[in-house]
Amino acid sequence: MANGAMKVFERFKSEMAGSGLRVVLELRPEAANDEVRLSKSGCQGFCQMGPLVSVVPDGILYTKVRSEDVPDIVQQTLVGHQVVERLLYKDPATRQKCRGLEDNPFYARQSRFVLRECGFLDPEDIHEYILHGGYRAARKAFVEMLPEEICTTILDSGLRGRGGGGFPTGRKWNAARVQNSAKKYVICNGDEGDPGAFMNRSVMEGNPHSVLEGLIIAARAIGANETLVYVRAEYPLAVERMRRAVVDAEREGILGKNVFGTGQSMKCEVMEGAGAFVCGEETAMLASIEGQRGMPRPKPPFPAQSGLWGKPTIINNVETLAHVSRILNEGPEVFRSIGTKESPGTKTFALTGHVANTGLVEVPFGTPLREVVLNIGGGVTDDAGKLWKTGFKAVQIGGPSGGCLVPEHLDLPLAYESLRSVGAMVGSGGLVVMNQGTCMVSIARFFMQFTQRESCGKCVLCREGTKQLLALLDDVIEGRADAGTLELMEKLAHAVQVGSLCGLGKTAPNPVLSTLRYFRKEYEEHIFEKRCRTGRCKALLRPSINQEKCKGCHLCFAVCPVGAISGEKKQPHQINPELCIKCGECAKACKIHAIEGI
Amino acid sequence: MASAPMTVDRAEKFEKVCAILDYHARRPARLIPILQAIQHEYQYLPEEVLTYVATSLDVPAARVFGVATFYAHFALEPKGKHVIRVCDGTACHVKQSLPVLNALREKLGTSETNKTTADMLFTVETVACLGACGLAPVIVVDEQVHGQITPERAMALVDEIKATEESFATASTASAEQPSAEEAHD
Repeated sequence: MANGAMKVFERFKSEMAGSGLRVVLELRPEAANDEVRLSKSGCQGFCQMGPLVSVVPDGILYTKVRSEDVPDIVQQTLVGHQVVERLLYKDPATRQKCRGLEDNPFYARQSRFVLRECGFLDPEDIHEYILHGGYRAARKAFVEMLPEEICTTILDSGLRGRGGGGFPTGRKWNAARVQNSAKKYVICNGDEGDPGAFMNRSVMEGNPHSVLEGLIIAARAIGANETLVYVRAEYPLAVERMRRAVVDAEREGILGKNVFGTGQSMKCEVMEGAGAFVCGEETAMLASIEGQRGMPRPKPPFPAQSGLWGKPTIINNVETLAHVSRILNEGPEVFRSIGTKESPGTKTFALTGHVANTGLVEVPFGTPLREVVLNIGGGVTDDAGKLWKTGFKAVQIGGPSGGCLVPEHLDLPLAYESLRSVGAMVGSGGLVVMNQGTCMVSIARFFMQFTQRESCGKCVLCREGTKQLLALLDDVIEGRADAGTLELMEKLAHAVQVGSLCGLGKTAPNPVLSTLRYFRKEYEEHIFEKRCRTGRCKALLRPSINQEKCKGCHLCFAVCPVGAISGEKKQPHQINPELCIKCGECAKACKIHAIEGI
Repeated sequence: MASAPMTVDRAEKFEKVCAILDYHARRPARLIPILQAIQHEYQYLPEEVLTYVATSLDVPAARVFGVATFYAHFALEPKGKHVIRVCDGTACHVKQSLPVLNALREKLGTSETNKTTADMLFTVETVACLGACGLAPVIVVDEQVHGQITPERAMALVDEIKATEESFATASTASAEQPSAEEAHD
């Protein structure tokens, strides 16, 4: 096997190095014919440690593999059945090496359902998907089940929309099913615009057929024969893989004029977005598909009554649809048995920021935050990536619509109802961990800048209100704010919530309100003491030279680009605050750390 | 004489646009895919092409310009040969993407309003979350994703491109001189 395998390997080696961290190779020795099969797989969700190589059935997972390592894997593991120790993942908490998925806390503590096949199936091979039980549920839906039964099954499972709203999927389907219309549409919402969320991208890239299967089941359930997948333009690989999945499904008779031999027709089109966050909102997405500016319209009428081209339309998130085939295969009871009563099933979170293990984490609803951040995530890190035991400050959940969770919430179960009670939301499931070195006012500003930029401009309070909120936050950060600023901000934030039509505007002030709720002290420090405890707000920095420490070595004088430092040699120096641009060069140059406040 | 190549250029331009319009059956509902295809062809949306699209689809020019200016992906000005996109997602932000952006802008002399260098070699822009948050901070240089980037590594990437461009320029001047030498022989 060695020679043949090596050739294949060499070819993949260059591809692997070229394609960087996202494409993952999977090696699969097939014992029967003694050949090594090398195949691409979707994202395995352990981003930071990529590229990953898994060896099946040995169950070994190699992390951060470089092309130079490939010969070692071939020689030692495939030929010699030995483990290449240096490529194993080392748990930062216990400093133990993990051989495979079972002893790796990042994987072992998860319950992967939607992600189960991501990273282990070749996403470009429909036969592999079918071989693993794929399209069985779709066949059942078309051949054995009535639309009403499908809706009831989904309703019984308690599946709720994974895109952020959390609306019961079965109820949405039923509302569209009972509409009397010859033409209906189903749209898959792959416009994952929340910064910090990438679970939809991974599913579309890693297991596109699971999304397509859910989509056609939904179409069967409401009596539609046209479907559409709307993918954001920032995800070119997801667009490509979804398109390929559609072509392959057409060839296999799963899409087309005679679905599963039932004589029914089913079309699917993949449309690429053009870069507008607001298009993740249902009615804005409909406008975008119709070739208009993506601006939302009032509801009701709901899309289930009057959607695309005025016809009944349902819009489901990628992750929601990826759950559907399993529910049909295993029954709604199995799905209900996981998670909490009001939030059944699992949810994928995108864990990022200052955390040791970043990547996709799928856990049952109700899992405490502690488990996700500290155990699966491996703990909070500093800016250099080293573990920081006491560094946990906050987790931003739900992106620009969400809020933050603080240490007191570590034991809070992650579910729709519990998060709402603390002023946050599941949203799409982005979890950005922030350490003590992060300025929360700046984070609120970051989100406000995002929503201000993405506001479509239709509602005055969203368009102008976000702009004013941003200006107020700038006042705080740049030291112009006074005692009335916070009150004004809160008042305006509530006005924006009430006076906006769609989810973007209604939730835009959430990050401000949430940081005000948990970090009011930090705002007050900025306003009254003109001080940022993290030193991240440049305008508030007051660099000065400690007159007792300074030996007058003149080093700072030499590096200052604006000539703001003066002083005689061997005498303590001074900084002229009028000239200083707070670049920090002097502090870097000073060998005795006499420069303070920067 | 001077305007002749210009006319040919224009005719060619509209020929490609026509093919795109025909592919989408000249349906106004297909406006976004049409504009995407045109941008793919020309790297940006030239004003005259947009007007032409409006006439062909029989919709007001305001509708076409309205859509073209609404979506972030449509560029109404030409971009540089190499496009550097700095991800501005939350994860990249908390992992210090701003210093990377500032360093790039300083090195190439671009700004938030003036994104392209005068020699049309580089465009530096920010981009909405790319969904590669696990690798934050991330930049994309000519469709290649670079994760866990630092200002220093970004600078090195720019230098690398500059060096390739320069060697390319010297090579092409050399080859340009070649035929003229042969001509002299003839």
